[in-house]
Amino acid sequence: MKSKFVLLIMVLSVLAVGAQQKEIRVLLANHPYGDLLKAAIPEYEKATGVKVNVESLQESQLTTKLTTEFATRSSTVDVFMTRPLQEGKMFYKNGWYEPLTDYDFSDYPQNALDVAKFGNKPYLVPLVTEWEVLYYRIDLFRKAGIEVPTNFTELENAAKKLNTADIAGFASRGRGAAAVTQMSSFVYNFGGKYLDKGKAVFDSKEALDAIRYYGRMLNYYGPKGVTNMSWENIMPLFQAGKVAMWTDASVFYGQIVDPTKSQVPAENVGIANFPAGPKGNTPYIVVSWGMAVAKQSKNKALAMDFIKWATSRELAKRGMLANITMARSSVWKDPEVRAKVHPGLIATQEFAAKFGYPYDRPYMSAVGEARDLIGEVIIESINTAGTSANLEKLAREKVQAVNNLLEDTGEFGVF
Amino acid sequence: MSAGKQKGSFVERHLHILFPLPAVTFVVVMMLFPVLYTFFLSFTNWNLTSGMPLTVVFLRSYQRIIQEPRFVAALGRTFSFTLMAVSVETVLGMIIALILNREFKGKGLAKLVMLLPLVSTPVAIGIVWNLFYDPTIGLANFVLTRLGLPRIAWVGSAKTVLPSLALVDIWQWTPMIALILLAGLASLSTEPYESARVDGASEWQIFWHVTLPMVMPTLLTAVILRSIDALKTFDIIYAMTGGGPGYSSETLNIMAFKYSFEYFRMGQASVILVFLFILVLLMSLVIMRLRKSLEL
Repeated sequence: MKSKFVLLIMVLSVLAVGAQQKEIRVLLANHPYGDLLKAAIPEYEKATGVKVNVESLQESQLTTKLTTEFATRSSTVDVFMTRPLQEGKMFYKNGWYEPLTDYDFSDYPQNALDVAKFGNKPYLVPLVTEWEVLYYRIDLFRKAGIEVPTNFTELENAAKKLNTADIAGFASRGRGAAAVTQMSSFVYNFGGKYLDKGKAVFDSKEALDAIRYYGRMLNYYGPKGVTNMSWENIMPLFQAGKVAMWTDASVFYGQIVDPTKSQVPAENVGIANFPAGPKGNTPYIVVSWGMAVAKQSKNKALAMDFIKWATSRELAKRGMLANITMARSSVWKDPEVRAKVHPGLIATQEFAAKFGYPYDRPYMSAVGEARDLIGEVIIESINTAGTSANLEKLAREKVQAVNNLLEDTGEFGVF
Repeated sequence: MSAGKQKGSFVERHLHILFPLPAVTFVVVMMLFPVLYTFFLSFTNWNLTSGMPLTVVFLRSYQRIIQEPRFVAALGRTFSFTLMAVSVETVLGMIIALILNREFKGKGLAKLVMLLPLVSTPVAIGIVWNLFYDPTIGLANFVLTRLGLPRIAWVGSAKTVLPSLALVDIWQWTPMIALILLAGLASLSTEPYESARVDGASEWQIFWHVTLPMVMPTLLTAVILRSIDALKTFDIIYAMTGGGPGYSSETLNIMAFKYSFEYFRMGQASVILVFLFILVLLMSLVIMRLRKSLEL
């Protein structure tokens, strides 16, 4: 009897503690803003008394974990970081996002809200933006006596001049699927697109011109083995001083001027607008990360409260001061921020925000597979320096395959 | 108190069920269920990108996967990777085991050093080897150029990626074969050797006609274990190339991963896994049969 009584007391006390302590589970990405939030969460816990259980995962593992948990309906996730262009459509279609109807979105630019909304309702809060820029070595340009390229012709001439046996004149991602995002600005500036009105169009003359140009640049002036390189392979080369120019996302600026990570002194690293193409200059500017509340969450009130804090103006400002390019408009105008953030970053952001295109990949549910398909065309172009006679046929086949994917997911012709 | 006694007798009466129960539960929940569920999923078209609930389509997913040229290529690559890796590992493992089977100074240290690749984390191995293979700043090409040889793209080119990955596998797993063979060699009786020496057999003849036949059962066990593992290799390839450039290092396991967690075609991914399962099973059966016939 006595032991049963003790057991009862123990069970009741555990339940009582559980009832007192409010908890939520938050999944963050291994991203500078995820790290910033993780460090700030104790402040939130202290202010609200809510215990926040945080897990941080690398981006593709984050998608895998969320997908597995949501698809098996076993999730206890309340709030999570999400990549709108990569997984937004799929998550929305499967009903995994909770609509955020009482969130104040007035501080966000329209192109950021376009990817946050499905139908008329917003489902995620834009967190971080990225745009494509040109990183370059100021010292090498000075030595060669040339100007920073402002268009593709100048880019090619500069690459030719700067390319040596030891230093690659030009680098950009060459690993098929990973290259799709960074090639997008080339495609746009040649006048092409990946998708238009819900149909794949990257076999158009304009898109093929861009793919051929990209292949030629990387084959002639790119680092050896570029078809297996994404940013994580190119950045160490740039930091080791083996690359003269590199087109990639603005997010890497902080890491290539960090003296603890780079052998190239910060004063030798330049950042410039992405060069213009024959059809103008509309580089991508995208919402790379957002934050959402899980539909399956059992603590929606707490989750809503947390997301408002985690995406607040104060934290966005803190992000900006840590060189994270936030999606909120107002923080870019903050005088303290403008005094601290690199002027090159502010100038390229202003340009991209004004003229840029809000997608860096085909915006569709089956984006992972579509990127692999486009990646095949990119690799063929790089391997043949853009001269492949087979390229048009290959692109046509892949366009058909992407259209099939759009049809399979009910997105063909829908925009 | 009497309730406790009754419980005790229940336990005693059902010992034959209760004792194996944890193990049986584990096997059913953690091994049997996932395999059966994968088989079930392979008959469906469950696809998360469509947002539709799963429907049973019987063999249609199989038909679609078999007709996919990418699948056939991945199947071929799975075999050639396994063949390249396991054959070299077997030969090298045998040589190392023969050396270590002799007495020499520093033998303990040599064994210890050999264990290092085995205990390293695969993803860390992948990252280090990727740096090593980097065509521009990597050590491998530095050595090649110093020797006056041309640079190689290693994992950066479709032509060299599979042998380059096999080399990593060989570096990591040759010690395992060597250790298994070493155990086998140590257990051999010395009499056949003595009589062979008396008959004037050369070292090579002794190896070929005495050592090899005697150690064959152990060798085949090592080859079975290694082949099963090599067919399923995932971590190194995923960490180093993700199946690239293009699909040129995509094996069945990598393809299944991409189909499930990048394309979210769960049904078709299950089909690939069923094929891999059957492949590994068949391979094991063939080698086990071979081993039995040798023992007879």
